[in-house]
Amino acid sequence: MTTLSVNDALYPPLVRDDAVGVTVHVDDGVAVIVYDQPGVPVNTLNTRVAPVFAHIFDLIEQESAIFAAVLCSGKPDSWIAGADIDELARVRTAADGEALSRGGQQLLDRLAALQKPVVAAMHGAALGGGLEVALACRHRIATDHVKTILALPEVQLGLIPGAGGTQRLPRTVGLQVALDMMLTGKNIRAKKALQIGLVHELVHPSILRAVAMERARQLGRGESPTLRARKHGATDMLLEDNALGRKLVFKQARETVLAKTKGHYPAPLAAIDAVQRGYTDGVSEGLAEEARRFGALTVSDVSRQLVYLFFATTALKKDSGATIDAEATPVRKVGILGAGFMGAGIASVAVQQPTLVRMRDASLDRIASGWRAVRDVLRERLKRKQITRQQFDDMLSRLSGTTDYSGFASAELVIEAVFEDLAVKHQVLREVEAAAPHAIFASNTSTIPIADIAQASARPDRVLGMHFFSPVHKMPLLEVIVTPHTSASTTATAVQYGRTLGKTVIVVRDGPGFYVNRILAPYLNESGKLLDDGASIDALDEALVKFGFPVGPATLLDEVGLDIAGKSGPIMAAAFGERMRPSTTLLRVIDSGRVGRKARRGFYRYDRKGKRDGVDEDVYALTPAGSVRRVYSVEEIRQRTVLPMLNEAVRCLDEGIVRSARDGDIGAVFGIGFPPFLGGPFRYLDTIGAAVLVQQLDALNRQFPGRYEPAPLLRAMATSGARFHEVAGSPA
Amino acid sequence: MPTFGHGRRVAIIAGVRTPFARSGTALKDYTAIDLGRFAVAELVQRTNLDGTAVDVLVFGTVVQSVMAPNIAREVALLPHFPRTLQAYTVGRACASANQAITDAADQIALGHADVAIAGGAESLTQVPILHSRGMSDLLVAASKAKSMTQRLAILARVRPRDFVPITPAIAEPSTGESMGQSADKMAKLNGIPREAQDRFALASHQKAAVGTADGRLAAEIVPVPLPPSYETMLAADNGIRADSTYEQLAALRPVFDKQYGSVTAGNASPLTDGASAVLLMSEERAHALGYTPLAFIRSYAYAAVDPAEQLLQAPVLAAPVALQRAGLTLSDIDLVEMHEAFAAQVLSNIQGLASPAWAARAGFSHATGDIDPERLNVMGGSLSIGHPFGATGGRIVTTLCNELVRRGKQFGMLTVCAAGGMGHAMIVERA
Repeated sequence: MTTLSVNDALYPPLVRDDAVGVTVHVDDGVAVIVYDQPGVPVNTLNTRVAPVFAHIFDLIEQESAIFAAVLCSGKPDSWIAGADIDELARVRTAADGEALSRGGQQLLDRLAALQKPVVAAMHGAALGGGLEVALACRHRIATDHVKTILALPEVQLGLIPGAGGTQRLPRTVGLQVALDMMLTGKNIRAKKALQIGLVHELVHPSILRAVAMERARQLGRGESPTLRARKHGATDMLLEDNALGRKLVFKQARETVLAKTKGHYPAPLAAIDAVQRGYTDGVSEGLAEEARRFGALTVSDVSRQLVYLFFATTALKKDSGATIDAEATPVRKVGILGAGFMGAGIASVAVQQPTLVRMRDASLDRIASGWRAVRDVLRERLKRKQITRQQFDDMLSRLSGTTDYSGFASAELVIEAVFEDLAVKHQVLREVEAAAPHAIFASNTSTIPIADIAQASARPDRVLGMHFFSPVHKMPLLEVIVTPHTSASTTATAVQYGRTLGKTVIVVRDGPGFYVNRILAPYLNESGKLLDDGASIDALDEALVKFGFPVGPATLLDEVGLDIAGKSGPIMAAAFGERMRPSTTLLRVIDSGRVGRKARRGFYRYDRKGKRDGVDEDVYALTPAGSVRRVYSVEEIRQRTVLPMLNEAVRCLDEGIVRSARDGDIGAVFGIGFPPFLGGPFRYLDTIGAAVLVQQLDALNRQFPGRYEPAPLLRAMATSGARFHEVAGSPA
Repeated sequence: MPTFGHGRRVAIIAGVRTPFARSGTALKDYTAIDLGRFAVAELVQRTNLDGTAVDVLVFGTVVQSVMAPNIAREVALLPHFPRTLQAYTVGRACASANQAITDAADQIALGHADVAIAGGAESLTQVPILHSRGMSDLLVAASKAKSMTQRLAILARVRPRDFVPITPAIAEPSTGESMGQSADKMAKLNGIPREAQDRFALASHQKAAVGTADGRLAAEIVPVPLPPSYETMLAADNGIRADSTYEQLAALRPVFDKQYGSVTAGNASPLTDGASAVLLMSEERAHALGYTPLAFIRSYAYAAVDPAEQLLQAPVLAAPVALQRAGLTLSDIDLVEMHEAFAAQVLSNIQGLASPAWAARAGFSHATGDIDPERLNVMGGSLSIGHPFGATGGRIVTTLCNELVRRGKQFGMLTVCAAGGMGHAMIVERA
């Protein structure tokens, strides 16, 4: 890469466009195309660079001195990371989107049709449009390196590959593998890419350019190198090499998609349609279908919301969370108090970073069970080949346990996950301040206000909340809770460390329930009150899954543990009154000893192995309505449960619990699985409109006094017609 | 005046070890490297050490892994350290961890290092089993064969007796005498009665049981999670028998010389798995980093005897030299830790230290002195706690220093006998 500048003097480049960052040198008959988009960390494909590539393809065809080409990236650890999402977000009509796709298809068709061979020399991420470019090259070489990742992740933004990917991928790696890649958007690592035939060879990064040029020469001279053929087993032949088998594959794929998306996400189905069209009516019809569907999806609500969440998450990553600029202290050792489910969960993500973890609990048996839980999380990653045996050993070795505070003195951060009791929290806080004089004290409480905990502190500027969600290794959100005393550098350190752990971090103000549990509370309460009134458990869950939550409220309570929900109930009711008063059903169910899955008794029955086995009909006897069940419409259930959640979110914004509608959206989507296709509560509010919502809430409030009173801010917005987000689809 | 260090005093900051477990029991699924990593990882955590501050890691082991002969480097590749931490493995039989500690101390004294980790690890469960000579010759020949026919022809020469594997025995290559036979011989030569041996072993178990119960031994142990279920942690040595009686020990049959011998499974140290690690620093660096040393190394010595004579008697030659280098006499020593390979060996060593004849062999005109039983192995020793060959030295140094601190005493001496007729002694002092 650096040698190019030397070459510039000796051999002037054939093409050099500094505006888009493309250079072409001709070296011994091989055109070396280097893409290095100026001013950005990764290369993306946009409408400015496309004509430059088109021009280069023409030149390669015309110049008799050139007989082959190599396509490289000038970025250190990424190749081409996909299409420019800003450009996609600006598309206004389906026709514009379709034209964008057509443009990309034509460019790559031109590349694929070149008589002279082009070799893709890939190191780092080749994603989306980037991988589509590679697929159009005659030969693909990738580096055998952890940074090398190939994927078509368009579905994650509610889109499909739009530059021929739906046609070229199945013809490169086979139908089933291609559908799996496109429908999940999953990352393919170097070794796997070679195995499935996505690339032809793997090389060490240091020889990538040299090998690519040698291959290009051989191909150009017609000395065909031995190309690795895709493995083609008997099942593949049965399923993929005939129309009947393929029909079966498509049918199964559609069923799987529908089971997973509940019909909320149109993109995966569109991808299947485009692939299938290519097989039934030929590639050019397939391409036409791909462009048409791509165009429609770019302006679809779902894609707009997913793109919004993408931008919001990206923006959040650059937000230190502190009101003034403050330096984050790097955390090299973290102390964790409590080796229980949450403590071990936090440890399981901490050991995956270069942090030493010191876990304290009262007994060695408790430490052992925490150690084991961490090992189980890592073991799963090892089994899935996400980490190597060596990494597994190293990660596990970072964890150590103690029944005293030895080894805490050097911790920069101590996170407590002990019993939810203020006196216990005060005690451990004092102990930590004595044992770890430099540490920040973070509480993982989900119910106790941080200010109450900080009362026992001699240095409240170093006290805050780090509210992880369970299971920690799976849940992407972290709520960092600050009190008026928390210093900016304490906040910045917690936010920075949370990001190091791979979490999406929102900074929220202290208050009962913070943000996520506060908006969850009225939703769960009203769900319980529906049961009080005679709704059936499965109907309630089904309605809200249909709405788009990953699980319904009864299932959620069973999974989280009803005892935990029960603990927060009185605190929330005391703070907020009628609208947070727990349902009679919930209280009686807890009293009956049903604490959920962990006790194998909850709203549902569980067999001995913990497998769920239908609704526990006995619960109905505990409800005020008794065994008489009545039918509620999905819409009725939605209004009675989701609207109070939205209403509470608005109160949180108004009170400054969340700093912005963006944080409120992210917190709900990543913390409780609020339907991503709705963009989050505030985006959903904008979709419904404040006026409509106020009208619906008022109606409910007449029926159930005190429980649905619209938030003042919401009422004001209903009058003024203001929105929480400026324009639909615009970057946050 | 300390004679060791030439002005750069070497501080012992802390030591930890895994529990010691009879081989084939609780720790059988861990390799020596695993055990070494447990000990060193905990040492770093417990002492709040910054891994980047460590200059060298030295580890001792006796039965080396064929797959990873430099166990020290494997341990040094823990994520607690930068990958640039250089490390090497040393071997001096049962004094291997001591060799690691004195090597590291030498590096600090020389000014080559300021912070060092030294220790050792041993798995006597996971020992390499060798092919017979005949089998290895054939396998090597086959691997060099040029064709499949040739290879098959060579492999066809394998005879049933070639399949008999060779397990490494604890026997002297020079004399063919096993360690236990040597101890039995020493008992006879020095007139150590069976009863004295059994009573000594019994006391070892009783003192170790007290040290475990009152937390003194537990304080130096890293709890290790136990496979396969990992539901519990082993936090104490599993060979200590709090309830054993003299009668039980006396009832055991001699193992080596079944007719006239006195060494039994009860008065010999058991085969053991375990690891230990000690943190050493130059006095200045310890001060700069804010560490309060447990003790300083004042002197040490190594010695050897003819292995054919009294294989485990060399500590008797090393101790007076170490004392002389320390400028001390045995009467100055507040606490003594003697490695207990066999009760017969400890009692022979004690006898030798009191003997002018043995002193003369070390070049001294007076006997080294009498060991006060009240100051000897106050929390038991290898007979009860166990003896993972490469790790024992780290345990002894740690226990000696911790106990000196607890008792507020000044000087400690340790001795270790080792195969090959070798012996080691070290003098440590507080502040």
